[in-house]
Amino acid sequence: MIAATGIDLRLGASDVLSGARLCTRPGQVVGLIGPNGSGKSSLLRCLYGMLRPNRGAVLIDDKAIESMSQRSIARAIAVVAQDASADGIDITVGEFVLLGRHVHRGDHEGFTDDDCKVALDGLEMVDLSGFAERHLHEMSGGERQRVMIARCIAQQSPVILLDEPTNHLDVRYQHEVLTLVRQLKNDTIVVLHDLNLAGRYCDHLALLDRGSVVYQGQPDDVLRSDVLEPVYGIEVRRLADGQHPYLAFGPLAR
Amino acid sequence: MIVAIGLGPVWVTPPTVLRIIGHHTIGVPEIVSWARTDDAIIWEVRLPRVLLGAIVGTALGVAGVTLQALVRNPLAEPYILGVSSGGSTGAAAAILFGVGSGLGPESVSLMAFLGALGALALVLALARSTGRITPSRMIVAGVAVGYLLSATTSLLILFADSAEGARAVMFWLLGSLANADWSTLPIGYLGMGAGMVLVYWWRRRLDLLALGDETAMASGVDPGRTRMVLVVVVALCVGFAVSLSGGIGFVGLAAPHIARRIVGPIHRHLVPASAALGAIILVWADVAARMVLQPRELPIGVVTGVLGAPVLVALVRKLPHNN
Repeated sequence: MIAATGIDLRLGASDVLSGARLCTRPGQVVGLIGPNGSGKSSLLRCLYGMLRPNRGAVLIDDKAIESMSQRSIARAIAVVAQDASADGIDITVGEFVLLGRHVHRGDHEGFTDDDCKVALDGLEMVDLSGFAERHLHEMSGGERQRVMIARCIAQQSPVILLDEPTNHLDVRYQHEVLTLVRQLKNDTIVVLHDLNLAGRYCDHLALLDRGSVVYQGQPDDVLRSDVLEPVYGIEVRRLADGQHPYLAFGPLAR
Repeated sequence: MIVAIGLGPVWVTPPTVLRIIGHHTIGVPEIVSWARTDDAIIWEVRLPRVLLGAIVGTALGVAGVTLQALVRNPLAEPYILGVSSGGSTGAAAAILFGVGSGLGPESVSLMAFLGALGALALVLALARSTGRITPSRMIVAGVAVGYLLSATTSLLILFADSAEGARAVMFWLLGSLANADWSTLPIGYLGMGAGMVLVYWWRRRLDLLALGDETAMASGVDPGRTRMVLVVVVALCVGFAVSLSGGIGFVGLAAPHIARRIVGPIHRHLVPASAALGAIILVWADVAARMVLQPRELPIGVVTGVLGAPVLVALVRKLPHNN
């Protein structure tokens, strides 16, 4: 379990986060939403030690993150980061997923048969068994994102953080990836831009505005025009869609 | 390697080379079948030279592959850190003005090493000035320091106003294994060998850093600290290489590229392959350097450049378009 409280973050001359708070919920998917520049990715990066907040505390299982080594943080938290395109290296899918096992092995230790099995199981869970020998750059955007998730599965960390995992994906893959995230049943935090996807796939939403979490609750409570309009500056209309809230957007009347 | 030792203005057959080495190492009895001059050429000149070529080539290959992963740029090479320019400035100051002549007979090498260390310190200070070391900051700092020190070397040559001194510095700048001797080899092997062991120890960190800082961090690797340690280690290796053999270009760029084509991108295979290829390329480039215009000797940097450029262009043309 991760809990962040009173997070202030200053990058250069700008205050990116001020008093932000967020925590995982057991077995649930928490969606982090908010306009561009509201600090979603920065808050997520504070949670796994990529950014160190100027004030406030990030606790992983009640231990302060500063007191933990990067390796023990990674044993608790797996991340699908925004830079996770693996463009710089012409690696196979199997090799990439296997690297998720690094947290469980010393620098000098080779990977064991068990590691290989865990990696292959990860690929099977994302429906990509048989793709281990394929090169990552040959995979489509949606397949690649599933490979990233397979690496998280292979890492076997109880918490998974995902930073805009549906970016650049067509609608079918967006739904596929988020369905998969739900099936994992890990404690999950996912940054999402698309509010309708957030409403459909998250158990809990945290709305971030100018560096602070201004509203938290179940999707039904957060995805309301009176909550969203002041934050996004856009007209929000809620349409009926069975069990999930469904929103339509338009410019605010002046 | 044995063949490479035999090749040169005086050809010595491989069996004779082996017997001469055996005589000096495990006490194979001396036979009249080889001349005293052959013995001196092989044991005093060629063997140290080939051994130096092998370790320098290995160090440049490993340094190249490490830096390409650290800065995530396939064009990175050992001299991107400005270390060779620092070494050149140190060597030029020693050759032209006798700076550091009190350091003993190896003052040029020592001054080159000190110059390389100075350049590294400057690059790290600039690259860290606003916190952590990032790839782009490191490249800019390395290039800036490199230009500054190259300009300093040119100024030194200009002020020294000695044609002979300028020629000596030029030969040094282009690199040569001609100064190899038994006294400096152990230091080179120890210094560069230790560095390369650490790089191989951290081979998987290189895989993860090549994938991006966030991915590395999420996999339990602190990119800032790892990069810092590896940069210092690699720069020290290159500092040793530069101080013993001048600024030999291209090996550190070409060896990792060729190795990657053969064994793929995973550093468990890529680091040893780059090391082996670096050694092979440099040893044979040195054979070419002493054979092509014999009895005159070409600077080895000229050979590696002339042979390496077409090879690299051919390799890059074969890369997949989306890579």
